[in-house]
Amino acid sequence: MAETALVDWSRLQFALTAGYHWLFVPLTLGLAIIMATMETIYVKTGDEFWKRTAKFWMKLFAINFAVGIATGIILEFEFGTNWSNYSWFVGDIFGAPLAIEGIFAFFMEATFFAVMFFGWEKVSKRFHLAATWLTGIGAAISAVWILIANAWMQHPVGMEFNPDTVRHEMVDFWALVLNPVAISKFFHSVFSGWMTGSVFVIGISCWYLLRRRETRFALASIRVAAVIGILGTFAVMLSGDSSGVHAAKYQPMKLAAAEGLKDGGERAPFSIVPGVEIPAMLSILATHDIDGYVPGINNILDGYTTPDGVYHLSAEEKIERGKKAIESFKAYRNLKESDPVAAAVARQTLNENIDYFGYGYINSKDELVPPVPLIYWAFRVMVGLGGFLLLLMMVVLWSEYRQRLTDMRWLQWAALLSVPLVYLAGQAGWIVAEVGRQPWVIDGLLPVNAAVSSVSVAAVQTTFWLFVAIFTLFLVIEMRIMIKAIKQGPNIETE
Amino acid sequence: MAIMRRLIAIWDFYVDGFRSMTWGRQLWWLILLKVIILFAVLRAFFFRPTLAGKDEQQRIEYIGDQLTNNPNYKLN
Repeated sequence: MAETALVDWSRLQFALTAGYHWLFVPLTLGLAIIMATMETIYVKTGDEFWKRTAKFWMKLFAINFAVGIATGIILEFEFGTNWSNYSWFVGDIFGAPLAIEGIFAFFMEATFFAVMFFGWEKVSKRFHLAATWLTGIGAAISAVWILIANAWMQHPVGMEFNPDTVRHEMVDFWALVLNPVAISKFFHSVFSGWMTGSVFVIGISCWYLLRRRETRFALASIRVAAVIGILGTFAVMLSGDSSGVHAAKYQPMKLAAAEGLKDGGERAPFSIVPGVEIPAMLSILATHDIDGYVPGINNILDGYTTPDGVYHLSAEEKIERGKKAIESFKAYRNLKESDPVAAAVARQTLNENIDYFGYGYINSKDELVPPVPLIYWAFRVMVGLGGFLLLLMMVVLWSEYRQRLTDMRWLQWAALLSVPLVYLAGQAGWIVAEVGRQPWVIDGLLPVNAAVSSVSVAAVQTTFWLFVAIFTLFLVIEMRIMIKAIKQGPNIETE
Repeated sequence: MAIMRRLIAIWDFYVDGFRSMTWGRQLWWLILLKVIILFAVLRAFFFRPTLAGKDEQQRIEYIGDQLTNNPNYKLN
């Protein structure tokens, strides 16, 4: 195996960078739809109040965007330096979507972002509104491509391994783009962004209510954000359900780990917390069938047969086939010049076992089990906070509808204090998705210990701490600018 | 000429926009600072791609060796 410390530090560094990047993306996605909705109301009604309201949230959007911009590029640095085996091995499957994202999103955002901020008095209302919507749509489209690439790592489709180039080559672009995991992941991520933006707007608006400032602005913002947030949360639940079904189908170990399910079966129970279960609920959620079979960790490691008679190989059988795949690959490389006939046989053996290639780097079946307690609790944090925030937004909207929100200081405090919680839920979701698929970088094809570059641990440690310092600095700067802008406020009522 | 006029108008739009910025100015400085840190420091000194300097064939050989002959991997 590659040195454990090197793998762990490289993973930790990637997790830090991705987690930091994910602080900014959801707010960009969420605020974009909220401010575009506000501007739409302005264009429809002609009421200048809505223009000023939209402009204030655009200001916070810009601050978040400015600090978040390019944080994703660091991930690409890490791919090239720390994960070069992976970067080469995945080939165009990762490169093509990222290239499309880079070119398309850059031009779309650069164009419409500028119109949105510079064009208020220079272009027509409708053109400006279109630019605001297209900025938000551009941000969502950026998410499409990166999530297609990510989904391919979770459920590799539409590719073929070429041992001559040691890369995967795309054979079916549409299989890649319409990967079911990519579709549910896209909607889950984008709608969770709506939740983040909504909880953020509601929380900040409640701060104004607590300070008895900008009351009309705060209540109007709350109404828009709460409606978008509630719709977004229901969409998150639906796409989350779809993600659960896909996990059961394509990444059963991730699902078993998220449930702490050691021994599965039909009518599998759903664990609320350890010791508290809902009978058969996991089968319903994972297969949409009360009698559905859900394998547990031990079943997956020992091999199991589903009720439809399909046998799923044990960990040891997969490891054996994986080692056969790697040995065949090695034989092919050695023989392809000197003995084409023997090379063809080796290539045939490689093709027959390629789906298990990554298992060849696994030395013990225990390595195939992700850290269960972390994933189990991250899943509960994500779902629990999601439920709480939905309830909060419904209560806030109901209170505002009854015109009682301005007197309910406890609710205003609850909304304000919930702003960090929506970020916590988002990060917990990332842990479920990404730690839950360990040890795989590409499911079944490449584990982390084979994907990592041969670089020194000290170099990775150095850059890790460098990132901690830089990210902290920029986060502090962003929060200072953001807090200053919030304290300054929209000043609608004073003008 | 019409294309030129349009390009000049777009240029003026951006120039006017940047000139009239108030709070946005510090955000641009922030972005500039970040880009300098990213590319002039991190990318230049800390994140040299492992495959840099190798041609296509050398890269294929290197990754092939990493995946099959690396002593860190116990294939059997």
